[in-house]
Amino acid sequence: MKEQLRQIEEKAQSAIAAAADLRSLDDLRVRLLGKKGELTAILKQMKTLTADERAAMGQLANQVRSKMETLLNDKGAALREAAQNARLAAETVDITMPGTKPPTGRLHPLQIVENEVREIFLGMGFSVVDGPEVEYDYYNFEALNLPPDHPARDTQDTFYITDNILLRTQTSSVQVHVMENQKPPLRIISPGRVYRSDAVDATHSPLFHQIEGLVVDKGITMADLKGTLELLMQRLYGDDCKIRLRPHHFPFTEPSAEVDVMCFGCHGAGCRMCKGEGYIELLGAGMVHPKVLEGCGIDSSVYSGFAFGLGLERIVMRRYNISDMRLLFRNDMRFLEQFR
Amino acid sequence: MNLSLRWLADYVDLNVTPKEFCAAMTMSGSKVEAYVNEADAVQGIVVGKILEKKQHENADALFVCQVDMGGESPVQIVTNAKNVKPGDLVPVATPGTTVHEGSESMTIKKSKIRGVESLGMFCGLKTLGLTVHDFPYADPDAVFVIEEDCVPGQDIASAIGLDDVSVEFEITSNRPDCLSVVGLAREAAATFDKPLHLEEPVYHGSDEEISKTLQVEIQNREKCTRYVAGLVRNVRIQPSPRWMRERLRASGVRPINNLVDITNYVMLEYGQPMHAFDLRFVKDGKICVRNAKAGEHITTLDGVERALSEDMLIIADAEKPIAVAGVMGGEYSGIMEDTVDVVFESAYFEPVQVRRTSKKLGMRTDASARYEKGLDETSMLTTLKRAFSLVEELDAGEPVGTYIDCNYAAPNPERIPFDPAWINGFLGTDIPESDMVKYLESLEIRVEDGNCIAPSFRIDLERPADIAEEVARIYGYNNIPSTVIRGVAKAQLTPEQKFNRTIEQTMAGIGCSGILTYSFISPKWFDKIRLPENSALRNAVTISNPLGEDTSVMQTTTLPGMLEILSGNFSMRNPKAWLFEIGKEYLPTAPDKLPDEPHRLTIGMYGDCDFFTLKGMVEVLLHQLGIPDVRYVRCDDSYDEKTAFHPGRSAVVYSGDKPLGIFGEIHPDVQKTYDIKVRTYAAKFDIPTLFAAAETEITYKPLPKFPAMTRDLSLVCDEDIAVAELEDAIREAVGKYLEKVELFDVYRGEQIAKGKKSVSYNIVMRNAEETMTSEQADAAMKRVLKALTKLGAELREV
Repeated sequence: MKEQLRQIEEKAQSAIAAAADLRSLDDLRVRLLGKKGELTAILKQMKTLTADERAAMGQLANQVRSKMETLLNDKGAALREAAQNARLAAETVDITMPGTKPPTGRLHPLQIVENEVREIFLGMGFSVVDGPEVEYDYYNFEALNLPPDHPARDTQDTFYITDNILLRTQTSSVQVHVMENQKPPLRIISPGRVYRSDAVDATHSPLFHQIEGLVVDKGITMADLKGTLELLMQRLYGDDCKIRLRPHHFPFTEPSAEVDVMCFGCHGAGCRMCKGEGYIELLGAGMVHPKVLEGCGIDSSVYSGFAFGLGLERIVMRRYNISDMRLLFRNDMRFLEQFR
Repeated sequence: MNLSLRWLADYVDLNVTPKEFCAAMTMSGSKVEAYVNEADAVQGIVVGKILEKKQHENADALFVCQVDMGGESPVQIVTNAKNVKPGDLVPVATPGTTVHEGSESMTIKKSKIRGVESLGMFCGLKTLGLTVHDFPYADPDAVFVIEEDCVPGQDIASAIGLDDVSVEFEITSNRPDCLSVVGLAREAAATFDKPLHLEEPVYHGSDEEISKTLQVEIQNREKCTRYVAGLVRNVRIQPSPRWMRERLRASGVRPINNLVDITNYVMLEYGQPMHAFDLRFVKDGKICVRNAKAGEHITTLDGVERALSEDMLIIADAEKPIAVAGVMGGEYSGIMEDTVDVVFESAYFEPVQVRRTSKKLGMRTDASARYEKGLDETSMLTTLKRAFSLVEELDAGEPVGTYIDCNYAAPNPERIPFDPAWINGFLGTDIPESDMVKYLESLEIRVEDGNCIAPSFRIDLERPADIAEEVARIYGYNNIPSTVIRGVAKAQLTPEQKFNRTIEQTMAGIGCSGILTYSFISPKWFDKIRLPENSALRNAVTISNPLGEDTSVMQTTTLPGMLEILSGNFSMRNPKAWLFEIGKEYLPTAPDKLPDEPHRLTIGMYGDCDFFTLKGMVEVLLHQLGIPDVRYVRCDDSYDEKTAFHPGRSAVVYSGDKPLGIFGEIHPDVQKTYDIKVRTYAAKFDIPTLFAAAETEITYKPLPKFPAMTRDLSLVCDEDIAVAELEDAIREAVGKYLEKVELFDVYRGEQIAKGKKSVSYNIVMRNAEETMTSEQADAAMKRVLKALTKLGAELREV
């Protein structure tokens, strides 16, 4: 009987090893361990043994059973893994085939940069305000210290609707609305469209975008203006970005400055992009003219402020190396798809 | 303003390179646009002396010259110039030199011309970039035979004085004083901390009493607050000397003759325009400054006859206009070859007066550009003296020692409080008071008893902020520190701004790209979208001076602008364009009032899409925006643009009873006007209406505790029953336990009768309080069937 058990074990061992698939393994399990299986058949002979022999034989039979079970389980696991591997292998795809893309859109480069500038200023505590594009002469010119017949009006070729209503030539008009309607402290930016009767070419458009900034409070200094613009340019162009202020004239600021940013091409050494200057003109700024403050009912002996206006197109074109402004308004898909 | 550096050197010794000069001037406020070294354009051209000139053996029209170029042996040059002879000095372009004539350029090479070697080319005035005005003795169409003091081999630039540096300044409108050599010299002296050499000009003059010959009467004493007139007898009209011609040329002014050149020279030097009249044509020797009379005319120096109006200030003689004050003189009284006696005018005309007249006549002159910005009222006599000193220096005539100075009251200088602490506080600097005083005085702003006294030429100085700017620009803007604004400010986007941002993000997220179009359109575009003749949208804000018709009215509808961009994309063969724009419409309100400028969302698309692609986008968008009660209605009269859409494939979207927008397929006729040959879709939404309708508050609803009952239902109904009707009926019939009703299939075909369709719904019902029984669900379905039967739909037999 002992010999029979050994034989069963040996036979089972080789049969299990030879099992080719899960189904034959299952059949084998039934044949070996099932109620009508070989092991059961042998155990049925146990009745004929003595109590001692029965105990010893029972122990042996259990060892054989558990060994066979282990073998069966291990083999089963191996077969399942092999089957899975075979399936995975069969399911292999060419991963260089193109993906199925959901439709994707993106924002216009001007929107992208405008949003970025908005975020920078929101972070500095500036609110964003909107103003009318079709505007009274008063807000666009007169309240900004540009009375009728002021020669500086010539520098902004204006589209007129009536003698008194025009398309704003600068977002500075929003300054006046804000100062009329709110009390200092003021900290705002106002992005928007402005209009000048320039014929369309690679660097001119009758419609373009500006972002106006205005800060009015007690003790606002020109150093604050410099610091704020420096921060803006560093956020936009990187921490090593340097700016330069040059004296200029705007009727609505005093002192006034034109602000240059260090050329990205040559870092100040002078190259073709900056025409050898080392710097690129980027925006106009200055301390709000006391006449403008007073015209809006703000006491210029108590409050001071600064204002600036930057051209969005210029920043966008520099950032993406776009040389022709017309591309921005043509909205060709092949152009739009390049931004994200 | 073009400045000759040689001229500048009369007034200030700088000892810096042109590049250093330009950089420093720009940083102190006089912006340099560019500078040109005249010699650069004539590099490689030297003086040659013709030693011998022989006929070319193989060509009748050519000559072979031996030329002394300053080297050991003569150089052979072949030329066709007939006007040169041995002994002549001529400009020679040596091999390797690139010469320019107009827009053409050519590099000189050593070459053989008809078998004879030639080592250079003789140059005419044109090749040197000059005209006969620069060298009146030269033949403009032949080789330039030099009559200057120079030697063979000398570079041409130094030989003929073509070696000045001309600096182009952009002078801002507040600084007319810098439209002059003296003004820029003053700035340069302050910038470089050097003394300014400026003296009152002196002339001798004859003893004649001017008033016996000339009278000046100012009728309009407000518009002409000073009129200085002088007289020069026995003028000798001839070319000016070379130094004066050179300086005028470097300043961008063409030399004409000594008298005219003197007036221009003084204007460039002092910024004060001068005018010269031929005394013969000043009738009765009477000068009258008055407004023009209706019907008066004048032919100005440019030969154009101009009608004058009563609001224009003119200079007249006893009878007629002889000049438009501050703008241009008359041709009739101008200086001519045979002029004998000349009246010089140096006057102050009120800036706005000059500006209006010059605008009205459409003539901008060097003089009017200066007058309209405002001149120094004290300088008229100085400039007359300067002119007369030049007349004497050039021996151009005999100035009369007496002059007329009319209607002059010396202006009170502006006194501006000087408060160094305030200036430092305003600038954020720590500049010592003594430095401030030094900066100001270098600009001739005197500091006296706590006040700054503005010099008469600085009409821009009025307030302490102006003084702060003067201090800052000489101190150096870039020496001002950078600080961060103190104080806390609360800032966040407004709900409207956040809403727009959600629209932007959603549209990009569902596949549309943002575009930007012009706000102005052509009125013809209304026809392109078939807008009805009587549509209110045709009443647009109209630009009175547009660039062209295509950009002449402000859009009252964003649709055509979008279609234009789709059309552009289609013509570029882009297979697909899905676009959106958040823009504005400009809707007129009342005459002389500003229009409303509401924001609109416009969607436009073609390629890979149909009506339901767009509708799906609209559904997603409205869901994202939290718009409740959305209904889609076949186009009603809410939007005039409905005519641009396919009548069977377009809809107006409502939230409750408020129309939000219109969308659908573009009408084939409209598509044709835009040359788009594939089906095109568009939508327009009113953002303010969307914003007002949106439910922005989101409250969490607990997840269901009890299971749902689900039933599927397939119906057959007439083709023209809208699924929305069936859906509404289902909703009503199920009642409060309805959780969702979803159309999942529409079928037309074999088993379905013609004119009918099969629609299948998935209906989900749930009682939030307890488990719904299947009996309850069945009862609900019975009600549904009954309601649907009323609509003519019946259960589909499967």
